[in-house]
Amino acid sequence: MTDVTDTKQMAYIAAQAADARVNLEIETEGMTLNIGPQHPATHGTLRIVVKLDGEQVISAEPLMGYMHRGYEKLSEVRTYPQVTTLVNRIDWLGSFANEVPFILAAEQLMEVEAPPRAQWIRTALFEMSRIANVVLFLGDMGVQLGAVTPVFFAFRDREFILNQIEAVTGGRFHPNFDRIGGLRDDLPKGWIEETQGVLKRIRDFCDEIETLVVGNEIFQSRTRNIGVIPPDVGLSYGLSGANIRSSGVDWDIRRDGGVGLVHHELDWKVWTHPDGDSFARFWVRLQEVRESCTMIEQILDGIPAGPVMAKVPRIIKVPAGEAYVETENPLGVMGYYIVSKGDLTPFRVKIRSASFNNVSITPWLLKGVYVPDVISILASLYFILGDIDR
Amino acid sequence: MIQLSSPEDTQPEEEETEIPQSDEAREELVAEIEKELGDALIATEITPEVDVWARVTKEAWLDTARILLHRCNMKYFNFLSAIDWMPSPYGRDLDAQVDQPEPINPEEMSWGITGGETRFQMLARVHDPENHLGISIKADLDESDLSIESWSPIYPGADWHERETSEMFGIVFLNHPNPVNLYLPGDFEGYPLRKDFALLSRRIKPWPGIVDVEDMPGEESEDEEVEA
Repeated sequence: MTDVTDTKQMAYIAAQAADARVNLEIETEGMTLNIGPQHPATHGTLRIVVKLDGEQVISAEPLMGYMHRGYEKLSEVRTYPQVTTLVNRIDWLGSFANEVPFILAAEQLMEVEAPPRAQWIRTALFEMSRIANVVLFLGDMGVQLGAVTPVFFAFRDREFILNQIEAVTGGRFHPNFDRIGGLRDDLPKGWIEETQGVLKRIRDFCDEIETLVVGNEIFQSRTRNIGVIPPDVGLSYGLSGANIRSSGVDWDIRRDGGVGLVHHELDWKVWTHPDGDSFARFWVRLQEVRESCTMIEQILDGIPAGPVMAKVPRIIKVPAGEAYVETENPLGVMGYYIVSKGDLTPFRVKIRSASFNNVSITPWLLKGVYVPDVISILASLYFILGDIDR
Repeated sequence: MIQLSSPEDTQPEEEETEIPQSDEAREELVAEIEKELGDALIATEITPEVDVWARVTKEAWLDTARILLHRCNMKYFNFLSAIDWMPSPYGRDLDAQVDQPEPINPEEMSWGITGGETRFQMLARVHDPENHLGISIKADLDESDLSIESWSPIYPGADWHERETSEMFGIVFLNHPNPVNLYLPGDFEGYPLRKDFALLSRRIKPWPGIVDVEDMPGEESEDEEVEA
């Protein structure tokens, strides 16, 4: 039927490349090492069974399911507004961002559009949840490599962002604030000025991390050329977000065809790094936090006046149809495929979460690396267990 | 997309003035797939400027992946899953206060975009990261033979998605490199995402938040229409 040759298949090339890294000079007795389920580098309960030969990893197999909550099944017996409560808990560090693609997909099916003010506030909260999420990564990466100080700075400064999110939504971790057709509420008084101050602190934090970590010689030698992901391999595994941008792929849904949010009206830049190693993943995320600050500053200056809620029925029935909407979440591309039959509840919800794909590359990526690098690579991939075990 | 921000908006008029846009990039993509697959492509649907769907035969499932990767530049593997189109035989039980459903006949199935013929349908999505196009691919699976070729030789990322689909729907993936459960324990019985797999907590406990759903005075109840 087709004349495409199988020899050029991605999996074949990828497997060859991974095998080539395993270079056994002296045959020693193999050893199986369990990393996790409760290792700090796993941000939850991921267990990786690693087979070692001396210091080298021969195979690594992640075992999941310790925290699977069956959100796809639960979504089928909940009304659309109730589902946001569930999806809050997928990536618990950037919860608001989880609600957005679901609400946008439902809005697409209902042919409802949120008023401009709601879209701007949504984008601001979306970017703030990115800061709350990634700031913790910037501190945590140091901890994985033995530098304890940065994480204290991260927890200190993340608190300010969480306070601002709480001031609007009422929830530090689970805002449950996005509604079909808009937002639950408007911004509180004085919030814009306060947030401008907080953003300044976050920028200072980024500078601090840059001097503390990025320039550090030990950090560089532990991350440079460690865990290199070529762009084509990364794409075929479905890597997204900063993980794929640090392999030189210039692709960001916020810029390239995002719906419902106002990123295209702001002046900002997509950061990429050509190296594809652990260092690049750290560096790209650091720049993205700065870029998020730039975005929020512009949003705060330009939020239009008006209502925050469109006219939607009180009891929401979504017309029959199918929609897939994805957004560029803190961890990568997050999307919801909603199948509706015109009922109060979704007929089927497929949750496409970023970390699931990001971690699926680990068996390939960890093959042939040395034990200390396993932790550095896992930390740099940056996943949240709730985002894998949905 | 219609903006419903002000109640004065007259919806029907807006809908009429909306001219169906053409979408060249997506039409080209469909034409390319059609050229390669021929009769194996059953149906396609394009929502201009939004999305595109294609339904292929089960036999052409693997070839479709090849064509998408090599011919259509769909380098990015997004996700792979399945849909069980059977209406839930349990109805929506304990939420009866809101919406008393008529007795459900599980044989009466209705399908979504691009149609369907069987209870189980594969659903996969790939993306072109350079031209920013995504496509959802579907394929019918006959209930007597729930097996289909694995995509993992072409998109390695399909590996975990297929393991998840396999344990959740009971679909067998041929030539899969590691066909073991991903989330569930090895001795788990049943396929949780199938519609006939009862969600126990919903069988024994009332629907959370059910008392909140009351009509505002003066608002017409939509549920009464169902009963009438």
